[in-house]
Amino acid sequence: MALKRSVGLKGLRYRGGGPMLAWSLHRISGLLIIIFVGTHVLASFFMQQTASDLGTNLNIIYESLYFQILIYFVVMFHGLNGLRILILDTWPQLLEYQREVTWLQWLVFIPVYGLTVFIMIQHAASSG
Amino acid sequence: MSSRTAPQLGFSFEYLMWIFTRISGLALILLMSFGMAAAFWMGARTQTDVGTLMRWTFFPNPNHVVNSDIPDITLGWATAYWQIMQILIVFFAAAHGINGVRVVIEDYVGQTWWRPFWRGLLFLIWLFILIVAVYVILAS
Repeated sequence: MALKRSVGLKGLRYRGGGPMLAWSLHRISGLLIIIFVGTHVLASFFMQQTASDLGTNLNIIYESLYFQILIYFVVMFHGLNGLRILILDTWPQLLEYQREVTWLQWLVFIPVYGLTVFIMIQHAASSG
Repeated sequence: MSSRTAPQLGFSFEYLMWIFTRISGLALILLMSFGMAAAFWMGARTQTDVGTLMRWTFFPNPNHVVNSDIPDITLGWATAYWQIMQILIVFFAAAHGINGVRVVIEDYVGQTWWRPFWRGLLFLIWLFILIVAVYVILAS
């Protein structure tokens, strides 16, 4: 059992760097997406069929600006990182430049995500 | 050291799911890109805000664009065509996601009796979510 091995604070010193951060974020964002999609499907079902208050309120939260900013981050990151994994798996020679490719991925992600969130917030602020 | 035994070489369940994860991931990206392009073609640039366009891109459900300046969503947005697209997206997304949860869980559970338990439970959750989602899509 892997969990019986005590890693403690030594785990923090693991020098995985950018690719390891991408790996953890890929897992965390994947789990967040499946929790979100699962509860959203159930909330929509009960909102549609029984007009339940819990379902309706959950969907109001899911449609809010803050939640959209979060969902946009996790889906965008998961998709972009998945695309990087796909490309590196298809052309394994590129694995040599794994760290550079991870940086390139952030170079694409930050402007696309940042610009969209900027427009979202600007629109919400101007329309009240 | 490691709790997970290395998958056998050649044709196996793990290999199939490895391939499926990549194919379904690419299919989801393509389906979403197509949904976004179609939204722009139907006039999303002037009729929706960015958040609404994002909701439509991730899942082309007419309820996602109902709070916008689109004059009539029954023209183009709420059609049987998009219902088929939604069922495709939900099938790929649910299978991709539940398989991902299986991989994460088996990283921590290892070769114990918990493994068949989690596999069975996740299979039932997958079927349940798929049936409920298809019902919601066809009823909306």
